Amino acid sequence: MANASTFKATIPLLEMQGISKYFHGVAALEQVSLQVFAGEVHALMGENGAGKSTLMKILAGAYIADEGSIHLAGRPLLVRNPNDARQAGISLIYQELNVAPNLTVAENIFMGQEHTRTGGLLDTARMHQQANDLLQRLQASFAADTPTADLSIAEQQQVEIARALKDNSRILVMDEPTAALSDRETEQLFAIINRLRDNNIAIIYISHRMEEIYALADRVSVLRDGRCVGSLTQNELSSERLVQMMVGRPLQDFYEHKVHPPILQGSPPLLEVKALTDGNSIGPASLELYPGEILGLAGLVGAGRTELARLIFGADPKAGGELHLHQQPLNTANPGAAIAAGIGYVPEDRKDQGLFLDMSSQNNIVMNVLRPHAAGGMLRLKALQQVAVNAIEALNIRLASPALKARALSGGNQQKLLLARWLAIKPKVLILDEPTRGVDIGAKSEIYRIISNLAAQGIGILMISSDLPEVIGMSDRVLVMRSGQIVGEVGGQTAEAITQETIMAYATGVKNPTQP
Amino acid sequence: MSETRIKQPKPPSLAKRQSTRSRSWQTVAQIAGILPILILLCVLFAILTPRFLTAGNLINIIRQASINIVLAAGMTFVILTGGVDLSVGSILGAAAVVAMLVSLMPGLGGLAIVAALLAGLSFGLLNGALIAYVDLPPFIITLGSYTALRGVAYLLAGGETVINQDIAFAWVGNEQVGPIPWLVIISLAVIVMGWVILKRTVLGTHIYAVGGNRRAARLTGIKVNQVLLFVYGVSGLLSGLAGVMSASRLYSANGMLGEGYELDAIAAVILGGTSFAGGIGTIWGTLVGALIIAILNNGLTLLQVPFFWQLVVKGTVIIGAVTIDRVRTRSVAR
Repeated sequence: MANASTFKATIPLLEMQGISKYFHGVAALEQVSLQVFAGEVHALMGENGAGKSTLMKILAGAYIADEGSIHLAGRPLLVRNPNDARQAGISLIYQELNVAPNLTVAENIFMGQEHTRTGGLLDTARMHQQANDLLQRLQASFAADTPTADLSIAEQQQVEIARALKDNSRILVMDEPTAALSDRETEQLFAIINRLRDNNIAIIYISHRMEEIYALADRVSVLRDGRCVGSLTQNELSSERLVQMMVGRPLQDFYEHKVHPPILQGSPPLLEVKALTDGNSIGPASLELYPGEILGLAGLVGAGRTELARLIFGADPKAGGELHLHQQPLNTANPGAAIAAGIGYVPEDRKDQGLFLDMSSQNNIVMNVLRPHAAGGMLRLKALQQVAVNAIEALNIRLASPALKARALSGGNQQKLLLARWLAIKPKVLILDEPTRGVDIGAKSEIYRIISNLAAQGIGILMISSDLPEVIGMSDRVLVMRSGQIVGEVGGQTAEAITQETIMAYATGVKNPTQP
Repeated sequence: MSETRIKQPKPPSLAKRQSTRSRSWQTVAQIAGILPILILLCVLFAILTPRFLTAGNLINIIRQASINIVLAAGMTFVILTGGVDLSVGSILGAAAVVAMLVSLMPGLGGLAIVAALLAGLSFGLLNGALIAYVDLPPFIITLGSYTALRGVAYLLAGGETVINQDIAFAWVGNEQVGPIPWLVIISLAVIVMGWVILKRTVLGTHIYAVGGNRRAARLTGIKVNQVLLFVYGVSGLLSGLAGVMSASRLYSANGMLGEGYELDAIAAVILGGTSFAGGIGTIWGTLVGALIIAILNNGLTLLQVPFFWQLVVKGTVIIGAVTIDRVRTRSVAR
């Protein structure tokens, strides 16, 4: 492993200075600086939304910084588009791989920059030759003419790395590259990364996983709320210190749910989930939800929270496990069955999975209760309108008329439309997936008040959120997921309080259920 | 990783800006988008030829449009779910032949209409089942049935024209109630029934939901496959009805009947402002669209425009009208 002290003497290969980026006047990055040296693995850490992706997208030319400068080997570098970045030798490998499965490995590596012979015909032989050379450097176990669709995720990742090498990249950014890899594949990837480092390539490595940071990183920089809170060299690394740097943020005080109703000793759970699994990456997971409880489901993006919620709701097929509602077995074979049993689900992406944007707000609200308000299939329009009007008043949805299209509403009011839709079925259990994502502060606190009121009425609430202050401020109890499993519980009657540190310790794997 | 914590301040309530809008207004706007073009065409033809604006000719126009209105009504259901049905012309042909064959069977002549409707319904349900459960794109499935059912129509007719001057359902195509032909009454009744289903029933709301956001529809417990089965069933049933109307008018049917009708039906729906992506549209718009096509046919013929030029004008008007409509709705809605 390279020695950290040697870096100080040389000019950094990459220097990002005072980078700021604003979206709609709100800072996503404020005065962030980052120095990366040739031949080092530089880990970039931070919570979801801390600004890591934004910073890397600026480096890759996907965004343009509002302030700040980038220097490459001491020379100013202007990155206005992805092509500028590539020409400068900066390559980004996203979590979602950018390979075309219908093409061969060589075609993917040379995509957009194909070698041609005179007359514009493809020089396939030359491309295969070069591609095979690149693959050999990576010690890949497949050839250039392999169809990409036949490759595993790890191998497709190697195709992307080969593409970066072909561009003579000097800086390689990898965004959570191990998220979809097995342990063995992860080891292979680490071997490749180490070889690239020995070839003097700088690697910026984004990951949430502590053990990977220990294994790979020469230095670590931590972002929090769009600011750089510091860098540590390898010998300064400690998990406590990293977690503290990543969280340590004052709690906002607009969370409504301040009085946590005591769960009656021995009171039966409202919803019991036993060893639920999709037979693949999720579970077996078990949990109990009590009446009137707000149960937070925390974890990093990709930990499997949404997937677990969808299994409970019957949106995805289950491979095993049981559900009990009011101690009665329940089979949520499809969403219709879950709804009939009184389980509601507000999905995380309201535009993609929740709203009917071109329908009236009224129809968006009453969509789940059409049948109870119909006679012989014919809608009772007056009754439906009453349902909508009542919901609009109860949730204080601001719109001129229930006939207004959902598309015309603000994010907060759209979210309230969805809540209204589920309240109309008089739910016993409500699963909320990121209930305040993309919602402004004012509407946020209103939504918190609504959620709190629902809990007070005895509805059991399972709240998935990546917003830690929200989880802490609202939850009576928090379950933490990691890699498809529920790995920890804090709050309630457990020994641990609900804090950013306790949650992040489980979420990042500093703390394992097996070795508390 | 994502920018989840970046708050995006919303512009001062979009809702307020559009406060005067209501659903009925939106519906009017959707039809009105194309209605001025209908009126414009009427005025134009009325000026150019005195024979256009007579009660007799206007009823004649609707009568000529009636088969397309019925097909387009079914097509509206399908396109509202984001699909398309290319097989309506072929189903029309096959059903018309079935009607004529049954009318020739001794003692069964009275069942001709029922047989044709059942044939249309079954073909439509077959389309729907393949689209819903095999999960192939509607374009591909109905392209296949478009070809296959055309073959079925020829096979049923034995490659010949089935003629019967003494059909029990001659009233459908040739009689009238007072001054109004049955063809007109039937087609307008189909539109009204379509409107009731789409706007006044649970099923209709589900159709808009499936077309507007299929994922969200599934998460609200809507049985998406059953909705798809229904809309293709309706399209097939109405194609069968259109087959009865055609056969009755001609006292005959052959394998060629209804060729190309699917394109006029799609054109009527699109002219009527229904989104090809699904979820947006009204059946009244479809009626206006079908009338525009019929008025063009009628007016241009009265003006003795050569048939080849009629095709050019018709196609140009379809593109032009939809373009104007899109530009207008974009400036209003966004």
